[in-house]
Amino acid sequence: MAEPSTSTPPLTVIRPQQGWADLGLGELWAYRELLGMLAWRDLAVRYKQTALGVLWVVLQPLAMVLVFTIALGRIAVFRDPAAPYPLLVLGGLLPWILVARGLVDGGGALSANQRLLGKVYFPRAALPAAAVLAALADLLIALVLALGVLAVWGHPPGTATLLLPLLLIQTLLLALGVGWWVSALDGRWRDVRHTIPFLAQLWFFASPIAYPLAAVDAAWRWLYMFNPLTGLVEGFRWCLLGAPAPPGVLLATSACLAVGLAGSGLLLFRRWERDLADHL
Amino acid sequence: MSAPAISVVGLGKSYRLGTPARYGSLRDSLAALAKGKLGCARGDEIWALRDVSFAIAQGEVVGVIGRNGSGKSTLLKVLARITQPTTGEARIYGRVGSLLEVGSGFHPELTGRENIYLGGAVIGMRRREIAGRFAEIVAFAELERFIDTPVKHYSSGMYMRLAFAVAAHLDAEILLIDEVLAVGDAAFQARCLSKIGELAGHGRTVVFVSHQLSAVRRFCSQALWLDGGRVRGHGHTDEMMAAYLASLDPGGGHGTAAQIAALPPDPALRLLAVALRQNGQPTLQAETGMPLEVVIDYEVLQRTPGLRVYVILRDLDDAAIFRSHAHGEQTGLPTALPGRYRATCTFPPNLLAPRRYIIEASADVHNVRKCFVPGARLAFDLHDSGVLPFAFASDGARGVQIAPLLPWRTSPLDGPRDA
Repeated sequence: MAEPSTSTPPLTVIRPQQGWADLGLGELWAYRELLGMLAWRDLAVRYKQTALGVLWVVLQPLAMVLVFTIALGRIAVFRDPAAPYPLLVLGGLLPWILVARGLVDGGGALSANQRLLGKVYFPRAALPAAAVLAALADLLIALVLALGVLAVWGHPPGTATLLLPLLLIQTLLLALGVGWWVSALDGRWRDVRHTIPFLAQLWFFASPIAYPLAAVDAAWRWLYMFNPLTGLVEGFRWCLLGAPAPPGVLLATSACLAVGLAGSGLLLFRRWERDLADHL
Repeated sequence: MSAPAISVVGLGKSYRLGTPARYGSLRDSLAALAKGKLGCARGDEIWALRDVSFAIAQGEVVGVIGRNGSGKSTLLKVLARITQPTTGEARIYGRVGSLLEVGSGFHPELTGRENIYLGGAVIGMRRREIAGRFAEIVAFAELERFIDTPVKHYSSGMYMRLAFAVAAHLDAEILLIDEVLAVGDAAFQARCLSKIGELAGHGRTVVFVSHQLSAVRRFCSQALWLDGGRVRGHGHTDEMMAAYLASLDPGGGHGTAAQIAALPPDPALRLLAVALRQNGQPTLQAETGMPLEVVIDYEVLQRTPGLRVYVILRDLDDAAIFRSHAHGEQTGLPTALPGRYRATCTFPPNLLAPRRYIIEASADVHNVRKCFVPGARLAFDLHDSGVLPFAFASDGARGVQIAPLLPWRTSPLDGPRDA
């Protein structure tokens, strides 16, 4: 048999796979251009033909801050010595923007792209990831706005603000983890997509976003440790508002949970993605 | 034989019929879990591919032929890694481009320009590569003026042209092509097919699935013949094609009986016999100038609204020429009642051309399901009756699918002129 004259072409072996696969990060990296294009598509489609366009990214958190301030701002236990209530909510909303979109858009990414799944091969994990990356752009815009509001309000960025990129990475990991988990479940059980809006609401109120963690009854506060958003919300507030002490333990726990969710979510996704085309 | 591009050993793919407990609603899964049956709920298994082995050398252009449901599309999906095999293994040497459907990645809100980049990325093209061939793609699609218009404003023809243009400029060592690629109006379809031929001609390895046997014959040096999920043959296109066509011709009434016996059982209807008759005699050698009857005997097993038999006339490339349903006399949706029936469909004289056709008899429930795909087939020859005794008049019957004898009337527009 003659050897090919040029360099040996890449070999792909297709065989049935059972059990757990690896994370497939190498392949995901090889398809990074597609990942970028899909994220760009999600972003472009979202703001095409909308009259206000990107302004929505800014209006949504502002509207929420306004509503919560009017509704809950005067409740005494919700007051925090470090910052006025509206800024508290704004700081809490920032990580929520990304994580919520990881849940809703990331979790629904497989159902939203069914046609693609049956026709072309690419690492399926790119779909939820692209949805999350598109949402990251929204977060960055909202973050710039928040920094502006804070500066005007007398909370200019301090040294703690330099740690913001680390917090953003942690938020991204959490959103990816949630996206992979929920989309893997959604690919298997159709009822998952109906519960997503409910889950999002539940999670929002179970996280100290519209209220400070200190307002929660001390007897229940330990439960908040298991919510990976708690540490992030407190972390963002510390970074932006300059609370006296960093929420070290909370943040570390939350970081571990985020990494754990992202890793386990991708593993589960990789295990279940094989059957997707056959029954979606 | 030169170095292999694709080598497949013992490849199989099974699907479970019905909805297995693992992929229904969560409640069903939980119920199954409670009974300790999760993951081992066994529905009926159906093997779309079974023990398929073959090798394709680099640079070969191979057509995959076979009847509907023979596993052609499943094979392509497995090779394209869209679905994973149940057994066996396929080794693929080289970058694979799979064109199973054009425009897969397109989004209606995005412009033509944006969709070229998106659609290209989805089928595995690099951004630089797309940018380098952008002008070529736009020119091929003939959409220069509309390239910055959102594709939702395109006509379906424009959309298809753009989609095919992107796909056709994919550069890969191995191309998997499904026939649905040839889209749009007849002129563009011809360009699609010649572009596919061009792609195939540049040392690439191509696996091409098609119902249009003429396209396979034109492009492919080799053909892989699948039948019931297994490889029936693999070799020179002409030989495979002849063998495949011969298999479609069951050779008289005996073959039909065997075919009918092999049809999957349907709860509503059972075919009993299918025959062609002319002059009251069963025949497979008929004349063009006389009525031809397709006689279908069947048994209705249960009361079914909308159940009816139908026939499809096909050419030897398996393409449908026309279909006719038993429509009954009454208006509205007739209900078939249990019992045995004989349906006779009469083709009028001087409708078909003197050539070989395939007649396929099947049944469906209106708007619900088809009872058998494919149904029972008969190949038959029509011979020129010589109703039109002059070569002058019968010219129209040569090299065409059908040759209806249509009324013509010619009258002068003005008064007679002197010669």
